Amino acid sequence: MTSRGFSPTGIRFENIEKRYGGLAALRRIRFEITPGECVALAGRNGSGKTTLLRIAARLVRPSSGELTFPSAVGPTAVAAPGASKTQPVRGKVSAGFVAHATMVYDELTAEENLLLFARLQQTPNAAARVVKLLHEVGLFDRRDSLVRTFSRGMRQRVAIARALLHEPAILLLDEPSTGLDPQGVAWLAATLRQLRDGGCTILMSLHGESEISMLATRAIRLDAGLIVADTRTGAEVRSILTFADA
Amino acid sequence: MSLLSSTTALLGKELRTEFRSRELLTTTVVFILMVIVLFSFTFDPTYNESRRFGPGLLWLAFLFAASLMLQPCFLREQNNDTLSALRLSVSDPFAIFLAKLIANTLFLLFTEVLMLPVFAVLYNVPVLRVLGQLLLVFFLGSLGVSIAGTALSAISAQARMRELLLPLLLLPLLTPVLVSSTQVTIGLLDAAPYIEWKGIGFLVAFDVVFLTLLWLLGEYLLEE
Repeated sequence: MTSRGFSPTGIRFENIEKRYGGLAALRRIRFEITPGECVALAGRNGSGKTTLLRIAARLVRPSSGELTFPSAVGPTAVAAPGASKTQPVRGKVSAGFVAHATMVYDELTAEENLLLFARLQQTPNAAARVVKLLHEVGLFDRRDSLVRTFSRGMRQRVAIARALLHEPAILLLDEPSTGLDPQGVAWLAATLRQLRDGGCTILMSLHGESEISMLATRAIRLDAGLIVADTRTGAEVRSILTFADA
Repeated sequence: MSLLSSTTALLGKELRTEFRSRELLTTTVVFILMVIVLFSFTFDPTYNESRRFGPGLLWLAFLFAASLMLQPCFLREQNNDTLSALRLSVSDPFAIFLAKLIANTLFLLFTEVLMLPVFAVLYNVPVLRVLGQLLLVFFLGSLGVSIAGTALSAISAQARMRELLLPLLLLPLLTPVLVSSTQVTIGLLDAAPYIEWKGIGFLVAFDVVFLTLLWLLGEYLLEE
């Protein structure tokens, strides 16, 4: 267990394939993220980064292959082998997810949104945790404002706070700096660094080099649903992320 | 316990967002009011005609209004991908359905209770002496409409022709509910009111069967 109260958990993709009709979004995806690793996914639009993240979040069932979450206490939450249509993926893995969409309600205030998700996740001391996160994301003064009155960057801050509510062991981020101003990006980078150093496993998709990409200890490049590069070497990591869109 | 607390939290969210936007209630109230007023002035029914045809008209208006209300039920969860956030957060996905169908039943009941005096006045039908029984039929019928409608709303929200699909699936499925509710209401509005127990029994059975199906299969309906 870490000081933040979770068991470090990794992610193992075993020959994951995802097809949408005739289109293969992901092909033969096989790699393992060790607990506490920070991995950046790079690749052009449509290369499969978002699909891979949504499979890792268990929002999308793979067409075939297996997804496991190895941890210090043994593997948890195993996706059905062969992605059986009759066997839902059960079991809880403590994962936080920041997607393209903000995943928060426009008609609720920032505080109401966070309290709702904290209660659904059965976060201990929900109200105190929400107040702490609102301070951290710089929205405490606007906590009573409806999210629909927020700018894109402010919504993104609420989305990040929502993902961090239950102090997840795994953090899945799909272009997390979208809409954030330079101060927001710096805050996010500092927060992610703290989480990574605390043992949180991070898988994120990025476009280009930024303060956030500097945190990655490993980079994986996808092209047309296939892994075409996977490295832990510092210079190569930077190279993959810098030329991701090339 | 987790199902109960999740459902309570989600029901609170449903009620709060609706009372802020008033999107569903406005649509249904206006629709039912238009149908009731329009038919009343077009046909100018006699007392006996009102008792015979009024209940059918009333339930038809409720059903079409419900299909308008149920359409955005899951559709608006797609605006910001909030459905994914809910799926990641709840330990039992049935809580998502349970909260939505309770909210839909409450909204529908609220609309029906609001429209009942208008119907009674315009169609000259006495409702006070059977108010309790009428509310029971409204509750059982609305619950049936909400259970089936919430499930179909989840299916249609992910389909390509979503606006067309829901009424296409919903109206045939709810025909038995419509028929039973109408028959029971005709009995209650009769000159010598009586309760059609067979109809009540059917509505209870429909609600139990579809609620069980939703509990068993709901998780699959939410998958992408």
